[in-house]
Amino acid sequence: MKQFANNPRCEEFHSQLADIIGSGEMIANHPHLQSCELCRALLADLNVIAQAARQLFPVQDPPIALWGNIESAIARQDALDRR
Amino acid sequence: MSSYSYSTHLLRGALSSSSIESASAPIVRIGSGLVSDSDQAEILARVRNGDHHAFAQLYSIHKKHVYSLCFRIAGSVEEAEDLTQEAFLQIHRKIHTFRAESALSTWIHRLTVNVVLMHLRKKGLQLNSLDEMMDPASDHRTGRIFGARDLALSGAIDRLTLQRAIDDLPAGYRLIFVLHDVEGFDHNEIAGLLDCSVGNSKSQLHKARLKLRRFLLNHSQREDQDEAIRQ
Repeated sequence: MKQFANNPRCEEFHSQLADIIGSGEMIANHPHLQSCELCRALLADLNVIAQAARQLFPVQDPPIALWGNIESAIARQDALDRR
Repeated sequence: MSSYSYSTHLLRGALSSSSIESASAPIVRIGSGLVSDSDQAEILARVRNGDHHAFAQLYSIHKKHVYSLCFRIAGSVEEAEDLTQEAFLQIHRKIHTFRAESALSTWIHRLTVNVVLMHLRKKGLQLNSLDEMMDPASDHRTGRIFGARDLALSGAIDRLTLQRAIDDLPAGYRLIFVLHDVEGFDHNEIAGLLDCSVGNSKSQLHKARLKLRRFLLNHSQREDQDEAIRQ
């Protein structure tokens, strides 16, 4: 098993990673990635996870009974407002 | 700072109603189905005049998206139902404040996010993981995260496993991951919603992703071991 943490270049790259990813920079061009297979794999994984997560949650209907609850709550609120 | 007070601080910015209107770069994610813009405008006008049937129509148009949004962020069916109800009650109460500076769907989206964030604030202790995230002595150090395994994930991630991995995230990680990677809010918007710095948002999202990766790699490793035992 290889340890990224033992490689100071990986450590330095990892410490900058959150900022680089969040900045919208073209991270694929980062010099460290040209020579580090492990960090390339890490980035590929993070992209796969993000893409998979976007497709994970289906759009779904609430239970039919929910509208009845909302109607009742609105009616109660309206009654309070009229007082 | 205690877990509770930190969480409270972090979520405070989400709670002002002004942030619903003032948030920049709205992301229209609540579609209107087959309802045209002019029909929606007519429904909106009727709702503002107190037409109950029009509000039922508005509910019908937006219920799926509001409910799904609540579910994604809150993470449970029960909470999603309660939050959907609360969101529509607030929509009913505040619809007269909608100034049409953005699409109604965007306004509803923002309002719903705020309802969910307020709910998470009330839960308070559920978000104490935010402190854990900020603790440099916690087990989220890069050495442990990055050195876990030298194999990459396979391209295809099993939905169920990923869902479990996301569910397994501490509440604070999960919140920022869903807001950014699923809902599409950028770091500036998240910082505004959660009243935290942009750097904090970036850092926490990054750690959430790393934690997910570690979960998935461990899962994959266990599956490989099980397979080896079977053979």
